[in-house]
Amino acid sequence: MKIIRKRRDIHHGDRYFYFLLKGLASGLPLLLFLIAAFLLKASWPTINEFGAAFLFTQDWDPVGEHFGVLAFAFGTIVSSLIAIAIGAPLSIFTALFLTELASSRVAKVAGFLVEMLAAIPSVVYGLWGIFVLAPILRIHVEPFLGKTLGFLPLFQGPPYGVGMLAAGIVLAIMIIPTITSVSREVFRSVPQSYREAAMALGATRWEVMRIAVLKTGSTGILGAVILGLGRALGETMAVTMVIGNRADISASLFSPAQTMSSVIANEYAEATSATHVAALLEIGLVLFLLTFIVNSLARVFVWRASLGRSAR
Amino acid sequence: MRRTQPSALSQLVEITYKRRRLVTRAMMIVLIAAFLVATVPLFSVFFHVVRQGLPALNMDFFTHLPAPVGEAGGGLANALLGTIILVVLASVIGIPWGVVIGIFLSEYGKSRFAALVRFSVDMLASIPSIVIGLFVYALVVIPMKRFSGLAGGLALGILMVPTIARTTEEILKLIPVHIREAGLGLGVPRWKMILFIIVRGSMGAIATGVILSVARVAGETAPLLFTALSSRFWFGGLDQPIASLPVQIFNYAISPFEEWQSQAWGGALVLILFVFVTNIITRLALRRAHGSGQS
Amino acid sequence: MNTTELRETLLDVRNLHASFGGIAALHGISLSVIANSVTAIIGPSGCGKSTFIRCLNRLHEEVPGATTQGEVWLDGQDILSADVDPVTLRRKIGMVFQKPNPFPAMSIYENVVAGLTLAGVRRRSVLNEVVEKTLNLAALWDEVKDKLHHPGSSLSGGQQQRLCIARALAIEPRVLLMDEPTSALDPISTARIEELIGELKREVTIVIVTHNMQQAARISDKTGFFLLGELVEFTDTSVLFTAPKDPRTERYITGRFG
Repeated sequence: MKIIRKRRDIHHGDRYFYFLLKGLASGLPLLLFLIAAFLLKASWPTINEFGAAFLFTQDWDPVGEHFGVLAFAFGTIVSSLIAIAIGAPLSIFTALFLTELASSRVAKVAGFLVEMLAAIPSVVYGLWGIFVLAPILRIHVEPFLGKTLGFLPLFQGPPYGVGMLAAGIVLAIMIIPTITSVSREVFRSVPQSYREAAMALGATRWEVMRIAVLKTGSTGILGAVILGLGRALGETMAVTMVIGNRADISASLFSPAQTMSSVIANEYAEATSATHVAALLEIGLVLFLLTFIVNSLARVFVWRASLGRSAR
Repeated sequence: MRRTQPSALSQLVEITYKRRRLVTRAMMIVLIAAFLVATVPLFSVFFHVVRQGLPALNMDFFTHLPAPVGEAGGGLANALLGTIILVVLASVIGIPWGVVIGIFLSEYGKSRFAALVRFSVDMLASIPSIVIGLFVYALVVIPMKRFSGLAGGLALGILMVPTIARTTEEILKLIPVHIREAGLGLGVPRWKMILFIIVRGSMGAIATGVILSVARVAGETAPLLFTALSSRFWFGGLDQPIASLPVQIFNYAISPFEEWQSQAWGGALVLILFVFVTNIITRLALRRAHGSGQS
Repeated sequence: MNTTELRETLLDVRNLHASFGGIAALHGISLSVIANSVTAIIGPSGCGKSTFIRCLNRLHEEVPGATTQGEVWLDGQDILSADVDPVTLRRKIGMVFQKPNPFPAMSIYENVVAGLTLAGVRRRSVLNEVVEKTLNLAALWDEVKDKLHHPGSSLSGGQQQRLCIARALAIEPRVLLMDEPTSALDPISTARIEELIGELKREVTIVIVTHNMQQAARISDKTGFFLLGELVEFTDTSVLFTAPKDPRTERYITGRFG
C-alpha cells in the first residue's frame, strides 16, 4: 500500500519535470516560427508593394522609394562563392592533414589553432581586413593578378583593395573552421578498415586518403561545404567593412560591391521612411529563408553520411 | 602460370608507380601547406591587433568616455561597461533556456518532438546573427519606439541558446548508461536522478560550454546595430540605447580619424584577449577534467 | 597431403618479432608457407595470429607505435627490409579482412578494379576482362553480372566478402592473406567461401587466420597453432588435428583450453 503510493509520487514528479522541460524546449520551434512571422509582418509593406520585383530588380533608391535587391544578392552570392572556392579546398586538406597525417599530439594543437579562427569576432576580421588585407590586395595581389590573368574579365579594372575579392577572402577565412571541423568529423567516422583495404590493394598514402577517406566521406564533405556556404551567405560585419559598399554588378572581382547583409548594416542608421525600414527587414527575411534552405540541405547530406556510417 | 610470365599489367604498373609516388609526396606537402595557409590569418590578426592595439591602451581607454570628434584622448569605458551589461543580460536569458533545452534533448531526446527541437537548435544556430537582430528590432524596438539595452541583451541571449543547448546535450550524453541505471536502481525518481546525478556531475563541463558561448556573443556586432544601437554616454538605463565594444570598434574602424582607428585596434585587442584567454583556460580545464576521468 | 611436401616454399618467415607500443605481440615466429597451398593459423583471441598475417603485408607497421623485427623471404627478397617499398609489396600480397569492407561509395565494378585503377590501368577492355575473370574466380559473377554498377554495399554480407576476395585477386597477388574472413558471416556464406578457398589455391597461395578449428581442419594443408605470441606447433593439418606433439596444442584442439 505504502509502496504503491510512493511509486505514484515518483511518477508525478517525473511527469511535472518532463512537462517543464518540454514546455521550455517547445519555445525554440516557436521562436523560429516567430522570427519568420515577425520578419514577414514587418516587411509586409514592401512585399505588398514590390512583390517579386524586389528580388529581381537592381534599382535600390531609398529617396525615390524604389527597392530591388538584385545587386546585393549578386554580391552575396559571388562573395560566398569566392569564399567557397578558396576556403573549401583549404579546409578539406586541413582536415585531411589533421586526421590522416598529423600525429595525435600535433593534431591536437593544430586543431586548436584552426578552432581559434572561429573565436575571432567578425568585427575584428573586418578591422584587419580594412587595414591589413586590403592594402596587401591593392598594392601586391590585385596588380599581379591583373598582369598575369588580366585577360579574364574577373581580374580587370583598377585595384581598390576593398571589394569583392577582399570580402571573399575574409569570408573564406571565416568559414575555414566550420568546414574543417565538420570534414574532420566525417573523416574520423570513416572506418579504419577502408583505409586498410586500400593499403592492402597497394595504395600509396595519398591514394588511401583519396579512395578510402575522401570518396567514402564525399556526401559528408558536401554537407560540410554547404554548411560553410550557409555561414558565408549571412556573415555581416567583416564583409560590410571590406566589400566597399557600392551596389554594382561588375564582372571584376576587384570592384566594390554590396551584399544583402552589408546593406542592412550600412543603412540601418539612416533608414527613416517606413518603406525603407520595411525593405531592410525584407532583406532579413530573404536571408532567413535562404540560410534556412541552405542549412537544411547541408544537414540532409551530413545526416545521410552519418546514416551510411551506422549501417556499416 | 601467373608466375612465369610478367603480364602486361605488371609492366604498366612499374611505369606508373614512379608518378604515383611523386603525386603522393606532392600531396603530403599540399596538405601541410593547406594547414599552414589556413592558420596564417590567425597569426596575422593576432600580430596586428597586438601591435596596433597596445599603444591605444592606457588609463583613459578604460576610464573615460569617447572624446568628441577632433579631440584627442578619451576612452571606451562606456562601451566596455555596456558590453558587460549586455552580456549579463544575455546570460540571464540564454543560459537557463539553453541548458534546459540541452537537458531535454539528452534525457528525452528520442521523440519526434525532440527531433523538431533539435532541428530548431541547428537552424537557430545557423541563422545569420544580423537576422536575429532584425527580429528583435521588429519584436521590441518598433513597439517600444526606441533602441534599448534590453533589446540588445535579448538578441544576444537568443544567440546563446543554440550553442549552449548543443554543448549541454553533448556533455550529458557522454555520461555512461550504467551511471543512469545505478541512479534509477536506487529508487530515485528520474527527475532527481537527472538533476542531482547527471547534471550536477557535469556542472564543470557545462560551465565550460556556457563560458565559451559568452565569449562568442561578447564579440557579436551585427545583432546590436539596430537593437542596442550605440551611445556616447554612460549607461542610462536598460530602456536606453547602450554602447558596446564591438559596435564601437565598427564605428571607429570605418571612421576617417586616425585617433578613432587606433582606439578601434585597442578595443579589438581587449576583445581578442578576452576571447582567447577564456578559450584557452576553459579548454585546459576541460582537458584536465577529461584526463582525470580517463586515468 | 604429402604432395605439399614436394612443392617449393613461397614465403619463409624467420624469427619474426612484433610489438604494439612497446608491448610484444609476437615472439620469434618461424614458418614456411608452401606455394599454392592453404596455411591456416589458429589460436585463442589475443594470441597474435592477426598481428602475424598483418606483418606479412606490412600492414602492422601502419599502426602508430607498432614495430616489426625479423625476416620474411619472398622471391629471394626479405620483404621486411627497409629498402622494400610496402606499397609495391602489397601488390604481391593481397588481403581479405574480417568484416567485408567493399568501398561504400564505389560500385561493384569499381570495387573490383580499384587496385588496377590505382596502378594506372585505364583501358576499359582490360578492366572488363579482369572484372569478369576475378568475379568468376570469386564465384560471384553469376550473381552480380547484371548489376555491376550497383553499389558494392547493396550486396549481402557473404557476397560482399566474395567481392572483397575478387578485389584482392584482381591485382594478381602471389599470396592472399585472409584475416578471419568468415567470422562475420552466416553458415551458408561461410560454406561458400570455404569452398572457394579450396578452388583458389590453384591460383594463389593462401594464409588464413581463423578462430574456428573445424574450418582450419576443413580447408587447410598446413596449420600453425599460436599461443601468447608464440608458434606452438606448425605441421600438416591432418597431423596437427590427429596427433599433436605439444600438449598445449592438444589441450586447445580438444577444447580443454582456459
